[in-house]
This record gives sequence, C-alpha cells and structure tokens, in this order.
Amino acid sequence: MQPIWQRRTRGSDLVIWLGYLLGIALFIFCMQMISVNTEWFFVLDAPRVAADLADRMTPPRWEYGQELFRPLWDTLNIATLGTVFAVIIATPIAFLAARNTTPSRRFVRPIALLIIVSSRSINSLIWGLLLVTIIGPGVLAGICAITLRSIGFVAKLIYEAIEEIDESQVEAIEATGGSAAQVISYGIWPQILPAFAGVTVFRWDINIRESTVLGLVGAGGIGLQLQASINIVAWQQVSLILLVILATVVVSEWISARVRHAII
Amino acid sequence: MSGPEFVATRWRPPSLIESRSSRWFIGIAVALYLVVAASSIDVNWTRVAEGIARGGSFFIAFTNPDFTTHSRDIFSGLYESLTMSFAATFIGVLISIPVGLGAARNIAIKPVYYFCRTIITVARSLQEIILAIIFVAMFGFGPFAGLVTLSFATVGFFAKLLAEDIEAMDPVQAEGIKATGASWLQWINYGVQPQVMPRVIGLSLYRLDINFRESAVIGIVGGGGIGATLNTAFDRYEFDTAAAILIIIILIVMVAEYSSGFVRQAVK
Repeated sequence: MQPIWQRRTRGSDLVIWLGYLLGIALFIFCMQMISVNTEWFFVLDAPRVAADLADRMTPPRWEYGQELFRPLWDTLNIATLGTVFAVIIATPIAFLAARNTTPSRRFVRPIALLIIVSSRSINSLIWGLLLVTIIGPGVLAGICAITLRSIGFVAKLIYEAIEEIDESQVEAIEATGGSAAQVISYGIWPQILPAFAGVTVFRWDINIRESTVLGLVGAGGIGLQLQASINIVAWQQVSLILLVILATVVVSEWISARVRHAII
Repeated sequence: MSGPEFVATRWRPPSLIESRSSRWFIGIAVALYLVVAASSIDVNWTRVAEGIARGGSFFIAFTNPDFTTHSRDIFSGLYESLTMSFAATFIGVLISIPVGLGAARNIAIKPVYYFCRTIITVARSLQEIILAIIFVAMFGFGPFAGLVTLSFATVGFFAKLLAEDIEAMDPVQAEGIKATGASWLQWINYGVQPQVMPRVIGLSLYRLDINFRESAVIGIVGGGGIGATLNTAFDRYEFDTAAAILIIIILIVMVAEYSSGFVRQAVK
C-alpha cells in the first residue's frame, strides 16, 4: 500500500484539533454568558431602531457647525500640547529603559519599564476620567490625560530605537574622550532622530483621534459637544459632530503620512 | 589647499531639516502656535489646587487598594469584560479571514479587492468608543453592544494586517501547489495558510489583549464590562476601589503581553 503524504504526524494533528475544540467550547461558553445578560427583545428590535436613528440623524444640522470651531481648536490643542509634554517626559524614560544606556539594569530599568507598561495599559479615556475627578473638567485634564497615555507609547518605541543603534559610532565618540552628554548628543541622538520624529508625528495622529472623544468624560474638546448632543437626543447635531470628527481624523492621518514620508 | 576654510567653520551634526531658512520658519511657527495655544486654555487654578490634594489621596489609594468591599462588582465586571473580549476576538477573526483574503492584491480579483478594502477602511475609520455609542443606542445597554463594537473593530484591524501579510508571502510555494492541479480551497489551505498561520495566531493574541483594554473603556458609554464598574467607582469618589480595578487591568495586560510573546515563540 502506498503511504499518503500528510503534513503532520497523527499526534500533532490531534493536539491542534484539541486546541480548536477548546477554543470553540470557550467561545460557546462566552456567548452563552453574554446572551444571559442581554435583553434579546432590544436586539431583535435593532433594525427598526437603526432605521429610526438614521432617519433622525439626517439631515445634519449644518448651522450648528459654527459652534464647533472653538471645541475643534481645543481638540487640536489637547492633542498637540499633550504630545509635546509626552515626548519631553518620555525621552529620558526611554534612555533609562534601553539596555545599552540605562544606568542600572537591575534597579532603574524595571522601574522605567513599569512606568511604560502602566501608561500603555490604561486608555486615555480612563486617564481622562481620573483627571476630571482630580483636577476638574476642562482642557487641562484632557492635555494631562493625553500626556500620561502617550508617555508609554513614545518611550517604548524610542527605547527600542536606542537598542538598535550602531554601537561603533558611540565607541568612536567615547574614543575621542567625549563626556556622557556628548556621547548621547553626537553618538546616539543623530541615530535615533528619524525614529524620534516619526514616532512623535505618529503619536500626534493617534492623539488627535483620541482627543476627539475625550470630552465624553468631560476632558474638553469636541467630545463635550457630542456628549451634550447625545444627552438632549439631538441626533441631527450628533451626525454633524461625527462627520466633523471623521474629517479631522482623515486630515490628521493625511498630514502625518506626508510628514513621515518626508523625514523617513 | 582648502584647509583654512575647514578650520574657520565649526562642524555641526546634520540637521533633520536641511534648509536653514525653513528651519527658522518652522521653529518660529511652532513657538508662535505654542504661545497662542497655551494662552487660549482657561484653567481654573483654584479648582486645580483643590484637586491636587484629592489627587494625593488617589495616589495613597494606589498603595492601599480596596479589593474586598466591591469584590462582587469587580469580579462580575471583569468576567464580563473577559468573555466579551474573547468572543469578540473569535467572531472578528472569523469574519476577518475571508475579508483579509479578499483584500490581498495577489489573491483576489479586482472587484472583490476593492469591496474588501472598503469594508476595512470603514471599520478602521470609526473609533471603538463612537461605535459603542451607536451600538448601545441600537441594541440597548449591556455586553451585546460591547461584543458587536469589539468584533467590528477587530475586523478592521485584523483583516488589514492579514491582507498585508498575504501580499508579502512567498509566491513560489503557492505556485507549487497550484502546479499540482489543486483546487482553489486546496491552494489556499496548502499554499497560503501555512505561510501566514504564525502571524495569524500572534495577531489574534495581540488583538485579544487590545480588546480587553478597550472593553474597559466601552463600559463608560454603556457597553458593559469592567468599564462600567470603574466609572461608578470614580463617580462615587471611591478611589481605593478604582485603584484596585486599575491594578487588575494593568496586571492582566502584563500577563497577556508576557504570555503572548511566549506563545508566539512556540508557534514559530
């Protein structure tokens, strides 16, 4: 009898099927859990509600647009100033976290990494929620939320760039008798500059996107108008705000793509 | 010959923007913007000063988080978040596979390609929180709206990266399978799938991690999960409970990040 070619042995086939089976079983369990906590009447009614919602959203109330300029300016400021502060704080943290520049691998590096992970794992809306209760609603809370959220992201990408540098350049500066500051500014900094600029612009783009919704928790920007319009069920205003947010996001994405293309 | 000229000019490291005049122009424009932006923000400093004291109590709460008082709410919120993010990842990946295949330029025919790319662009352009608002309005409060939101967002993320991976695969292997006279399904299964599988698993785990983090947010607008518990804790100024929830979120994300690196290594 001629043997038939098979990709895997029977044992590894079995393990893979078991994995699929477990995944599907877990999925069914999760769905059951969700369906218990769901009012199915509302879900079944959704197509009618959606049609009704679409009907109420059109046409957008264009006159309302005049009141959106100021919130839009605030949104832009939250994203930009937040990014600036985040970059200023993240750069030293990145140098402390990178294996080749950290002063102490055992003590300083874990602390820097912990800061990075905590900042990254908490969404900017949660930071916003926190800061609004602490320093009160407004643009300042938004800026701080964006800053705290971006530190981890920026620091992580910069420290990865620092770890990938060409060490021979650093050695060359050290060989001329350069001080630590000179090594950083002539040996390391020029090498990470493109990555640094790229990360900053990339994060700015993400921050524009995030700052448009920060107002939902009271942290300033166009999200405040969104929340207010939803609260008074003014769906025609909501649809206009959503269009404005979409346009802002598209424009910021275009700008960031152009700038990154120019520097990298 | 040209020695003295070199001595006279001081060497500077190369700058990011080459032209000197545009460097100055950009510098001044940035400075001007920062001044205008900073002055347009009105801050209620007395409120901030009051808040700093409260902020201090929050940081103290972090050293002494309260896991016990509302342990029931925390547990059920967490449970809901985890089930929601797993189910959403499952559904999202399942939908993403055909969409991703259709959005790969080297596999799909032109009309299918444009159709699938449109789906991806639409799914990516709306943020999770805005989707959640719309879906909560449609499906009512609770985890179902969150499930739909996360599934939708997963499709945009996963299908795009899957399509990019398929476009970057080695065409020789796929051609080899095709040359044996394989059907379309066999071609995908033996020529394409083995090449992209490690990345599919890695991305699924990464997306599971993202979905869990996002589920903490969509609860704020009524999408169910731990976010609702967190929002309530903040509204009631129960910082010790909020700190406990945040610590749990950070820990779970750390565990997920660590173990996903482990699994990815094993799959490779």
